Amino acid sequence: MSLTLAAQDAAPQQTWLEKLGPGHIILAVALVLYPLVASDFFLTQIGGYSLIFGMLALSLMMLAGYGGMVSLAQITVAGIAAYAIAILGNNNSNVLGFGWPWWLAAPFAVLAAAVASALIGWISVRTEGIYTIMITLAIATATYYFAQQNYAIFNGHSGYAGIHAPSFWGVNWRDPKAFYYLCLGFAVLSYAAILYGARSTFGLTLQAIRDNPRRMRALGYDVTAHKVFAWFLAGIIAGLAGVLLVWFNGRVSPGTIGVDVAIDVLIIAVIGGLQHPIGPFLGALVVVLMQTFAIDIVGAERFNTLIGLVFLVIVFVSPDGILGLWGRIKPYLAQESLRSGP
Amino acid sequence: MRIHRRTLLALALATGLTAPSLALAADDGIKIGLLATFEGPFTVLGEDGERGAMTAVEEVGGKVAGKTIEIVKGSSDASPDSAVRAARKLVEQDGVKVLVGPLSGDEGLAVKDYAKTQPTVTFINGTSAAQDTTLRNPAENFFRFSTDGAQWMAGLGTYAFNDKGYKKVATVAEDYSFPYTQVFGFMAEFCKAGGKVPSKSWVPIGNKDYSSVIAAIPDDVDAIYVALGGADAVNFLTQYQQSGGTAPLIGGSITVDQTVLTSKGKLRDVLIGTPAAGPTADTNDSPSWMKFLEQYKKQPGAFPSPSLFAHGYYVNMKAALLALEQAGGDVSDGGAKLRDALSKLSFDTPTGKVSLDKNRNAIADIFLTEVTEGADGNLLNKLVKVVSQVNQTLGIPEDEFMKLGAVNRDNPSCP
Repeated sequence: MSLTLAAQDAAPQQTWLEKLGPGHIILAVALVLYPLVASDFFLTQIGGYSLIFGMLALSLMMLAGYGGMVSLAQITVAGIAAYAIAILGNNNSNVLGFGWPWWLAAPFAVLAAAVASALIGWISVRTEGIYTIMITLAIATATYYFAQQNYAIFNGHSGYAGIHAPSFWGVNWRDPKAFYYLCLGFAVLSYAAILYGARSTFGLTLQAIRDNPRRMRALGYDVTAHKVFAWFLAGIIAGLAGVLLVWFNGRVSPGTIGVDVAIDVLIIAVIGGLQHPIGPFLGALVVVLMQTFAIDIVGAERFNTLIGLVFLVIVFVSPDGILGLWGRIKPYLAQESLRSGP
Repeated sequence: MRIHRRTLLALALATGLTAPSLALAADDGIKIGLLATFEGPFTVLGEDGERGAMTAVEEVGGKVAGKTIEIVKGSSDASPDSAVRAARKLVEQDGVKVLVGPLSGDEGLAVKDYAKTQPTVTFINGTSAAQDTTLRNPAENFFRFSTDGAQWMAGLGTYAFNDKGYKKVATVAEDYSFPYTQVFGFMAEFCKAGGKVPSKSWVPIGNKDYSSVIAAIPDDVDAIYVALGGADAVNFLTQYQQSGGTAPLIGGSITVDQTVLTSKGKLRDVLIGTPAAGPTADTNDSPSWMKFLEQYKKQPGAFPSPSLFAHGYYVNMKAALLALEQAGGDVSDGGAKLRDALSKLSFDTPTGKVSLDKNRNAIADIFLTEVTEGADGNLLNKLVKVVSQVNQTLGIPEDEFMKLGAVNRDNPSCP
């Protein structure tokens, strides 16, 4: 507690604009103006998709970066929200589909995802390090195969199709521009929430637990409760991403929540970097661009090799991901003005 | 200074994101999208599909109606999501107006749904063979010149019951729409002839361990009908043999395909004598098939005999090229002329005449085959009988056929 207060007192009074920083403002303007220059394909298939996977990786980054818990089950949590939308809302697979309106189905789906995430967290906080990865991988794999073979709830291999994004205020939210802004809005919200949350009492406590759980327990903190609550919060972000994902695809099937996708999310987080919440979004952009266009560069037979090589090079050059790369270039750029010209 | 650099960085990022869309310069060629499984469990099949499509392209010298054909490839991993993502990239980013693909059943259903949102683009199937891609709720701009999985089974059920004398058969098939369709096609005839199917096992794609499936097969069945593809078929057949299983097999169309017959090991002995049916037969000696075989073998990495994926992609690509030729290579009218030509198209494929019904699904010849060892030691599907001009309702009147209901794991049933 005292730590937080000290941190706030030490900071000089700033206007909100100064607090935001020029980097954020420029990035925000660029992202808002992006639809002016981008084609529909680049708006949704690259922009929207990157933002959705950025949010998924962001929820992982929050758990891993601030809580020290690496999870492979984030796509599973998103999948629960996606399936919830298909089951509670409308689908054309003639299975379930309760026809709830979106404003009821979407919050409920996100809540279901968050509760599921807290449950996964509750099981896995007993473990640490590589064992957390193992247990969440086990949960992700089990859910995938369960969805694949269960017909009463998950409708097996074919899953659900014909799921539509809502239309309200005269806007069809699956139209390229509208959908991009929808994704952008939720991504910014999640990003800001993580930025704020990291400096909040809870965020600082979580980081302290990450660094020394024993001492925090001795100080009287309930370590398990804090960790499980972190899982709940991460579940909200992953759940939002899941809702956007099912609106984006218009369908959900076990392939959406497969183990390869779970690993993609981890790759995105690692490639982007885990120190700052912007990392997952950078990582998502790189991964989505590579997965979309690698086939044009090297042809159909070897494009996965190219994707793998690029990731290997990024991690080899900078173990902290793209963010780490920037962290190394920045001091060099800052000193450039001091150097004498030619 | 710092702001300036960040601005530059942001600008560089923004241009980097938009630049590829600017590269869409118009040229005089014609772009055809080719969507197949170049990753995941069906990679081998997808690559053979590509060989088939390229055979058709090379037959016309890479030109149609005086325009150079440019093939843009898209890859899926056999999941419907990945197929739609790849199709979207081909249509919305690469700007193809004609798309050939996809390869597997559920992908076909998903791409059909996507086709409805892109009315100016013409979709021609690859080898996806789920029944409802064209039978129920079809898309106006989705054409299938390869037949569906139930059509491929024409003649097999009757042959197994009458000629082979199997009265009781268990089925083992993958758990998605294409094998449902195949089992439906087999059982439609087999049950009608008086046969019984006491046990149906559905296994997930990419399953590795079949011990529980093998244990669940009743002991008193006369044969096992197996509709598995690629690695799944090899895994099941090997494990069935290792567990001491002796029941003879009946093959689905892709179970005893060249992709499986070329596998090494003791499996060969089990496979010999297996009856199957499908759109191709390896020992077909008609001149048109021999000509196709010769063309196909020029492709890098070709199998001794083209798989039905090579055949399906060939037929569909060929149809696309013939219709494009008729339409003068002109798709500027939103493809209306092309689709008109496609729906009236009737042409001779290496496996006989093919034409379309009102749902734009093919009516074509089906081959009843049996696995034998060829002169050079390779396993081949020997042609037993040609079932000519099978339509999608398997010769049953349409309203009666629709009453049988949509195919799924429980339909049909005759325990």
